[in-house]
Amino acid sequence: MHFLFYLSFFKVLLLLAITAPVALGFGFLGAMAARSHFPPLSLLGKGYIAIVRGVPDIAFFMFFVIALDQAFEWTRHKVLCPEWTDPIRQGNDFVVCQAAKLPLGNSPEWVHETYGFFLAVITFSIVFGAFAANVLFGGMRAVPHAQLETAEAYGLTPRQTFWRILVPQMWVFALPGLSNLWMVLIKATPLLFLLGIEDIVYWARELGGFKNPKFTQYPHGDWRMWYFLALLVFYLGLTRLSEISLERLMRRLSHGQATSGGELLRKETTA
Amino acid sequence: MSCIQTIQDYALRSVGFGERLLPKSDFTLCEQFTLIGSGMIWNIYFGLMALVTGFFLATAVALGKASANRWLRKPSEWFIFLFRGSPLFIQFFFAYFFFLSLKQSYPLLDTLTSAWLGALIVLFLNTAAYSGEIFYGALRSIPKGDIEAADAYGMTGWSRFRRVIWPTMLRLAWPAYTNEAIFLFHATTLVFFSAFPVWQQRGDALYYAGYFADKTFNPFVPYPILAFYFILLTLVVVWGFGLINKRLNRHLPVAQKSRIKFRVNLAR
Repeated sequence: MHFLFYLSFFKVLLLLAITAPVALGFGFLGAMAARSHFPPLSLLGKGYIAIVRGVPDIAFFMFFVIALDQAFEWTRHKVLCPEWTDPIRQGNDFVVCQAAKLPLGNSPEWVHETYGFFLAVITFSIVFGAFAANVLFGGMRAVPHAQLETAEAYGLTPRQTFWRILVPQMWVFALPGLSNLWMVLIKATPLLFLLGIEDIVYWARELGGFKNPKFTQYPHGDWRMWYFLALLVFYLGLTRLSEISLERLMRRLSHGQATSGGELLRKETTA
Repeated sequence: MSCIQTIQDYALRSVGFGERLLPKSDFTLCEQFTLIGSGMIWNIYFGLMALVTGFFLATAVALGKASANRWLRKPSEWFIFLFRGSPLFIQFFFAYFFFLSLKQSYPLLDTLTSAWLGALIVLFLNTAAYSGEIFYGALRSIPKGDIEAADAYGMTGWSRFRRVIWPTMLRLAWPAYTNEAIFLFHATTLVFFSAFPVWQQRGDALYYAGYFADKTFNPFVPYPILAFYFILLTLVVVWGFGLINKRLNRHLPVAQKSRIKFRVNLAR
């Protein structure tokens, strides 16, 4: 059982490793949409950013896990069982045909777990994508406008301007926001527990507790407090580690940049 | 049953007045609106109380962190690091089980395990740490000239702090502090989803939204209602903090008055 507890730490790290790039992708798409000159698309992008920020993220986690599950099953139902005529929502039930069930009723345990994890990753990515979209949108606006005008004057098309001028310069401006976001993402990972994943919070409660008859082989009282203290320390270490490495990254990126950070570096080396 | 009737029955359900039994089936839109709105009482209670009490500790912690005295600085730094570096969710869990074990040795501390006090303490400490860091940042960016001017007027100690340092600090910190307040209100939804038990189904807005979503297996109604309430709450917070911001900046000429920009740094 303790093995599963240690394994769940890797689950958290895995979630972080998958979610971060996917959320960045979502964020990039969102920021691009919000910058678009086509009104419905820019409205979509801005609405995506605004709504996710105006509502508690935990509400989104609760919502998306059910909503995504139902959306997948609904689509599969339409495709796999076209002959089915009963309504899907029958009062308080959500009924789809057997073949459309996700995961299939007869599939092994690990498929169920992976599917749940997969849903969690998508949910995290959607929510944090909105935060990232906000940061990247701000970063894109921070790039000096003269740069874009120069590109236009050289005859670059809007698409070329975006990819060759705007995107490479935006990162320095977006990095402080993104590193802040990374910290928030780390601190949001225990919410996995709410999504029904057997993560570190789940195991800390199970192993520390003594009421559960499954664990009577552990001859101790209520140790949940100590387990959670261990989790607290784990997260503190994780954030401290990220703080240090992000600091290093920022130093590297500001090297030779015309910002106050870059100026500081120049003085340090010449002095 | 008419909607007025429902509101009479359930509007104060989350604090224990009105109908005891929650609706069991055939939920109307009115019932969902009323109950989730009733749950908002808890969110507002936690947010407001933590904000008001946390403000004072935050000021103290910020001053401690900026202090030259090692014995004040180090504890403040550790306090801020501890609460900003770990997830609030885990803090709730740890605090609950900590209070639970305290209760076993000291039965007098019984109330600590109930959400209204125990969770409030955690939120209070948490927001004090976050706002403390914001205030500390503001404290360090107070224009040097302001303090020199205060010195030139012969102000020292308390009067210098009260009349020059503190107002300037607040003015500089206010936009970021508004963000913190918004996030604090969002964080209140975690209370009943961590370890703190819901007593007699008196929960917060998310608890009732989750209740409806569980019963109907349809997330598309209760969660948007919840979202509606929270967007409303966010707008009220932004408006209220805007008023205070106006008052803090009342001496500045109109052109210089900075409008709070909410685009920046909304993730804490």
